[in-house]
Amino acid sequence: MHKHGQYTKSNAKQGEKLGCNSNLIIWAMNILMLGWELPPHNSGGLGVACYHLSKALAHAGASIDFVLPYDAHHPDTEYMNIHAATKLNPIHKFGLLGAYDSASVDEIDLNKVDMKDLQTMRGVQKRYVKFVEGLVKTLGAPDAIHAHDWLTMEAGMRAKELTDAPLIVHVHATEFDRAGSFGSGNPIVHEIEYQGLMMADHIVAVSNITKNIIIHKYGIPADKIEVLYNAIDPSSLGDYEYDGRTYNYLESLRSEGHTVVSTVTRFTAQKGLTQLLQGFARACEKYDRLVLLLAGDGEQRDELIALSAELGVSDKVYFTGFVRGKQWRDAYSVADIFVMSSVSEPFGITALEAAHYDSALIITKQSGVGEVLKSIFRYDFWDTDKLADQLVGIATSPALAGQLKRDIKNEYARLSWQDVAQTCMSLYGRMKVGVAA
Amino acid sequence: MSAKRGVVLYMHVHQPWRIRDYTVFDTAEHHDYFGSFTESHRNNKEIFEKVANKSYRPMTTLLKRMLDTHPDFKVSLSISGTVLEQAEAWGPDVIDAFRVLVKTGRCEIVAETYHHSLAFFYSRSEFERQVTMHQEKVRELFGVETQIFRNTELSYNNNLAQWADEYGFKGILAEGWDPILGWRSPNFVYKPVATKNIKLLMKNYRLSDDIAFRFSNKAWEEYPLTSDKYDDWLNTSLGPDGQTVNLFMDFETFGENVWEDTGIFEFFSDFVGRWLANPANTFYTASEACDTFEASDEIDCPDTTTWADSERDLSAWLGNDMQQEAMKYLYDLEQDILRTSDAELVSDWRRLTTSDHPYYMCTKYFTDGDVHAYFSPYDSPYEAFLYFMNALRDVRYRLSEHHKHGDF
Repeated sequence: MHKHGQYTKSNAKQGEKLGCNSNLIIWAMNILMLGWELPPHNSGGLGVACYHLSKALAHAGASIDFVLPYDAHHPDTEYMNIHAATKLNPIHKFGLLGAYDSASVDEIDLNKVDMKDLQTMRGVQKRYVKFVEGLVKTLGAPDAIHAHDWLTMEAGMRAKELTDAPLIVHVHATEFDRAGSFGSGNPIVHEIEYQGLMMADHIVAVSNITKNIIIHKYGIPADKIEVLYNAIDPSSLGDYEYDGRTYNYLESLRSEGHTVVSTVTRFTAQKGLTQLLQGFARACEKYDRLVLLLAGDGEQRDELIALSAELGVSDKVYFTGFVRGKQWRDAYSVADIFVMSSVSEPFGITALEAAHYDSALIITKQSGVGEVLKSIFRYDFWDTDKLADQLVGIATSPALAGQLKRDIKNEYARLSWQDVAQTCMSLYGRMKVGVAA
Repeated sequence: MSAKRGVVLYMHVHQPWRIRDYTVFDTAEHHDYFGSFTESHRNNKEIFEKVANKSYRPMTTLLKRMLDTHPDFKVSLSISGTVLEQAEAWGPDVIDAFRVLVKTGRCEIVAETYHHSLAFFYSRSEFERQVTMHQEKVRELFGVETQIFRNTELSYNNNLAQWADEYGFKGILAEGWDPILGWRSPNFVYKPVATKNIKLLMKNYRLSDDIAFRFSNKAWEEYPLTSDKYDDWLNTSLGPDGQTVNLFMDFETFGENVWEDTGIFEFFSDFVGRWLANPANTFYTASEACDTFEASDEIDCPDTTTWADSERDLSAWLGNDMQQEAMKYLYDLEQDILRTSDAELVSDWRRLTTSDHPYYMCTKYFTDGDVHAYFSPYDSPYEAFLYFMNALRDVRYRLSEHHKHGDF
């Protein structure tokens, strides 16, 4: 059955080439990776994490078949085989099938879903499952199935059923996170998550916050869950010289001594932006020379615009709309302080990007990325006074701002995808042995 | 002729006035930086009471028993003004317990800055005021004159020694750091360079740290440390002609830093008995050691040393920009603050000079995950800086109120 997986030891040459210790054991592993998006066709961190994880795994010796629900070209992915489950254009995804849009799911039983109806999330998911069924028949059993989030869990379970290969469910976010502080989300999605978590041979969570949700909300035993933090690949952010031109007005305020606070995110309840605005307004009561850049878009946009007026700070809050490329990078670069205000953030890779672009970081205690960073301020998402205190403190002390920026820059780069991949490879190895035994 | 070989046991008693979560919204509203009602790890009263129960009370009891049992047992203590204030407020029996030790005549009180500050490095005038304040407090509470000086965190350099010499101290304490000692041993009495009368006692950090830092470490190859083994090490260290082994450590080592259940108290009492069982051995107070032995050599220490970290310098207190800014802004206010003669304002400002505040802002090992190397009641050094600066801004605000009312 396990025709691919051979346990081999790398030779020194290969070890050197991979930039790792020649004594490292390299597993020749065939991995069926079930994902929902990859850059540049991603709407958030899930695609970024899948991309870097797969790349690092490939460097560590894994052979990866990566399934996507849409058909598009993905540059710099020659290290793996990408399979498109449908002929959908990725534009559909951003329209009807936002990777995180779980609210519209209204049918749990895929048998009752019309596979031809690619206008709904469930229709696409059904097609995705069928595609994976066919794929495992062609490719044979992988050494491990690695499914990312509820979107692909059903396909993961089906592949496990057909091949007996171990199933690893990688949780980047649960439905509780997506719901923010308002309610608990879609019960159908919860049910899919529960089944996936139960059926999985092992679970990977992106932080202890997420691990605890899996334990306490889904009743999964702790020893079945491994925390594997995301990382950052600074080289992937490319050569880039900040020219200060995109947000010219903000730069002119900066030169007059204003401090620019920014966040780059989707405007949804999960992200805690109303609390961020309230904290920002509180800070302005004590220190006037602050401006807030809200980069991104989402269903909360109008509410946030109205709230900023209500709080009397609309003059100081800047909305960019959805940003990519240079505008996106510049939204980090123009910032003195980056705030991750999430109510519930399993990880929060944007914080690492902000660190790369020289911002001081303020991160809620409800954000997983805060578990791996020390040189940051943290606050509870609801504690707007604390946030205000931290904003004013940084804005009024160049020493503090400078120290935070320097320290985080030293710190964030130590989180490496190579290390993540190594841990992941040894997990595959353990799973494989476990299933074989 | 020759005097007995002795142990100089010196312990330092200190608690700072920790700043509560004092926010920008408290600034210019409330002036209670050191009060705390909700955050137990920053609640000075709760911490004092905990340390009093775990360390001050049991250790003073044990020291009294040692003094009663062994006529040759002696000990030297420095007790900061800030911890004395806390004891007066929340545990007067702790003062009484120290008083009982002093009354035996075999427990010497060592001088330091009242506020356990780094004032020597910022303002000679404020430094001297804090030393005088401490001497007055010691006189008031214990009825004794101090003869030996130790500066905060055992910080030391030639200038400090020369100052202490002129001030009239008989001796001064410093870290027995190898680069300063060179080939010499810390187990002798020395004389600081360019001084007249003062003597220098240098901490034997290996043997001191065996107790203070390694005693409870199960990964240490010498674990568990027995009094027999330790007695052997002291004998080996002294050799045939060593004079004193200077064991300097925090008083809170006993019971607070190293918990009672590790057997630290039993170890201590066993060791005292074991050491004194040899009639060639004794204990000296710090001033007795200075009286008993001639200086065997001169020590030149142009750069500041401390008893902290592998660097033995001030970098844990003044190593980063936040620490340097905070201290600069603080000491910049000295003249204005003193001119107000507002006793509460002066006291609050002085409490901010305590070295623990910049220590909490240390980032040196913070990012390496070695957080435990630095004990801090705050979530991060940045937070410590934030609350300190908010408090300092409030001090400035109170100053400006004085200005407005023409109080000068």
